[in-house]
Amino acid sequence: MSNGNAHAEGASPAHGHDHAHAHHPALQHHFDTMSQQREAGVLGMWVFLLTEVLFFGGLFFAYAIYRSWYYDAFAAASASIEILPGLINTVVLIGSSLTMALSVRAAQTNQRKATVNWLIATIILGTVFLGIKVYEYADKFAHNHVPGASFQFAHVPAPGEPHVEEPAAGHVTTMGHDEIERTTQIFFSLYFTMTGLHAVHMIVGIVILFIITWMAHKGRFDSEWHAPVEMTGLYWHFVDIVWIFLFPLLYLVERHN
Amino acid sequence: METPVYPAHNYLSNGHTLRSWLLTKDHKRIAVLYLISISAFFFLGGLFAVGIRLELTTPQGDLFQPDTYNKFFTLHGVIMVFLFLIPSVPAVLGNFLIPPMIGAKDLAFPRINLLSWYLYIIGGLFTLFAIVAGGVDTGWTFYTPYSATSSSSNVAPVALGVFIAGFSSILTGLNFIVTIHRMRAPGLHWFKLPLFVWAHYATSLIQVLGTPVIAITIVMLFVERAFGFGIFDPQRGGDPVLFQHLFWFYSHPAVYIMILPALGVISELVSTFSRKRIFGYSFVAFSSLAIAVFGFIVWAHHMFVAGISVYAAMVFSFLSFSVAIPSAVKVFNWAATMYRGSISFEAPMLYVYGFFGLFLIGGLTGLFLATLGTDIHLHDTYFVVAHFHYIMVGGAIMGYLGGLHFWWPKIFGRMYSEFWSRIAAILVFVGFNLTFFPQFLLGYLGMPRRYHMYPDEFQVLNVLSSAGASILGLGYLIPVIYFAWSLKYGEVAGNNPWGASGLEWRTQSPPLTENFTEVPTDIPEAYEYTPKVVREAKLV
Amino acid sequence: MSSVHVSPLSTYLSIFAALMVLSAITVGAAFVNLGSFNPVVALAIAVIKATLVILFFMHVKYSSRLTKITVVMSFFFVAILFAETFIDYATRGMPGDIPPPLR
Repeated sequence: MSNGNAHAEGASPAHGHDHAHAHHPALQHHFDTMSQQREAGVLGMWVFLLTEVLFFGGLFFAYAIYRSWYYDAFAAASASIEILPGLINTVVLIGSSLTMALSVRAAQTNQRKATVNWLIATIILGTVFLGIKVYEYADKFAHNHVPGASFQFAHVPAPGEPHVEEPAAGHVTTMGHDEIERTTQIFFSLYFTMTGLHAVHMIVGIVILFIITWMAHKGRFDSEWHAPVEMTGLYWHFVDIVWIFLFPLLYLVERHN
Repeated sequence: METPVYPAHNYLSNGHTLRSWLLTKDHKRIAVLYLISISAFFFLGGLFAVGIRLELTTPQGDLFQPDTYNKFFTLHGVIMVFLFLIPSVPAVLGNFLIPPMIGAKDLAFPRINLLSWYLYIIGGLFTLFAIVAGGVDTGWTFYTPYSATSSSSNVAPVALGVFIAGFSSILTGLNFIVTIHRMRAPGLHWFKLPLFVWAHYATSLIQVLGTPVIAITIVMLFVERAFGFGIFDPQRGGDPVLFQHLFWFYSHPAVYIMILPALGVISELVSTFSRKRIFGYSFVAFSSLAIAVFGFIVWAHHMFVAGISVYAAMVFSFLSFSVAIPSAVKVFNWAATMYRGSISFEAPMLYVYGFFGLFLIGGLTGLFLATLGTDIHLHDTYFVVAHFHYIMVGGAIMGYLGGLHFWWPKIFGRMYSEFWSRIAAILVFVGFNLTFFPQFLLGYLGMPRRYHMYPDEFQVLNVLSSAGASILGLGYLIPVIYFAWSLKYGEVAGNNPWGASGLEWRTQSPPLTENFTEVPTDIPEAYEYTPKVVREAKLV
Repeated sequence: MSSVHVSPLSTYLSIFAALMVLSAITVGAAFVNLGSFNPVVALAIAVIKATLVILFFMHVKYSSRLTKITVVMSFFFVAILFAETFIDYATRGMPGDIPPPLR
């Protein structure tokens, strides 16, 4: 191994110098083998995803508590959200997971052009998702469903629903009209925080995808080293899984009335 | 025995430009960067403590406005918890020592390690900004609805700072987990690892599992403050207790992030300065993991009087007793290690002796707080303040200082003044007890925490406490002087001035950038202190 | 050369098809009144979809034991958060609770 003298701090490893063994150009010097480097990278990404599960988990937890408290308000608020954009987004995002998985597979089998093309497809689908989200958010703004000073939720009682002005004391089983209107803000606070956080993760993911696509285009990956594509794939699939849970919980609370 | 020579080529000499430090990937340089920055924040947090203790020397609130006092204890807490204690041992000692202890050249992700430090600095800057902009007065616990709606102070920047610093903590933990799993030298299986490594592994588990939850809590608090969302707002049906559940789900395990690494240090020091294998190695190793896991299921003992159901309180109280058990296991094993060992009184070991008494008291007083009935009387009094300072300062900081004194020769290649280091250790112990023991009595007698004024009959105890704080402060300042002095004038340390076992003592002091010229292959069992080994180690 | 499992194209396509079918079922089931089973069905389908993505798109089925443990641990700790806090929310206001809560 090189000794302290020849190893200048911060210098990029020059591969013309006195390495007795040939190794992959992407091998970082604190690792012994490409396999060790890949395993470390993949484990690192999994540990990061573990933190993300706990991160989103806190939001889902808050959602669960409030849904159990204010079911009627949650149902009413959820019913005011258009299903179709959400469903299209679900298809788009799962589709982007497919294209992402296919790009990893192409990298595994040394197909540079296919890797790039599938990555581009993933970027396009991700962008479509965000575009539809913009449409959905604009709709919510127009209806004054954004929590805060200008929040207004007009609750139209379903036929036969009792018109209860004040909540009963103690354990509330049926929410009153006023209370529904008051507490739908909590639903929408969670809606915007959860989908907003999800969208931020998608934006970061798309930026990373651009970088990885460029690297793939430059031929930096082969069947021996494509861990960055794999790791990006893991991240992207995670973002997809969050949406898989968000969709029914936010859009489909109660639709059978 | 020949006099050691200071090695000409080492990680410190490998580049003298600012760039070579600020863009370093060397875990050892990053550890030194952390050492400098957390020390700075420690003294800043200490300044706020000085303000608190000055105000409390008199029963009246005559030094500061009430709001100002609130800001002082808030900032003291925020800085000490998030910007000092959480990083301290892992970011300084863990970063420096884990790769050599496992025979690796660096951590798994050196650039992410550097990113961790930058995130820590950015988080710290947000907090500094909040201080300059007028401070925060919510208490370090940021309870809603005050923090979300009523407080007019700079909650958002501090929240953001904590969020970013939390990310730093997560990345450090992630780095350690991957490193310990994937980068051990060939033949170095888990049960040959130093207990310091086990302790950091357990700590890293807590960091990656717990910190994200406070991160999301801060996000929710932030959107409530910045956008007027209403997740915790009672006016809109929100539950402030929900904030507390989410907050303490992290913040209780966080106290184990703060103490576990220090416990790892203690294991190393006890073994070295008793010249004996750690008694019950696997018990101590597993107790670290047990503390990490148990630490996650007890959080609501901070909330007994917050409005949770009494049945939940009973469950959490019962579980809180169980978390004391693995800590006790460690203490018994350390005592058994010292029994019939060849114990000595160097500065690192003085911190260990101090630690034993203080950690014991801190831990036992935790049981009073875990008991529902007594907690109702003691909650939010100075009893709680004394309890956690015994653990955090008497435990964690003593462990950190002991470790710093033990590994300073390895990190910088120089010895410091043995005389002054012992004086400082004694001052810290005496000053600490004088500061905080009266606070147990104050709390029991009913003095609430976070109050800037109190009834006259509490003054004597408060004055004793403030006097103790001045001695404690002196005990913390003296090391700054002799450590700085040692960098230039200290005796050259040599590879292994203490005659300790462990791979890190086989390298030169300070080590080369890549730690080892050849990765060691003949790695012995941990803590091999046969007389032959001890004799030979001291000759190296 | 690393020995990483390469899944056949057919695997990815059939998992994708399954995910599409399950998404359709989720929406359809929401329009049927299953009483208190509605959320159970919706969550169960979501869990199945997530499991398919984890096992096949994320290759966990062919990954190391450490990876599998990491995945399980993350959900386990979220479950602790949910379960232990529900103990509080579920028992508030029950007979014998002191003091009687506001809600």
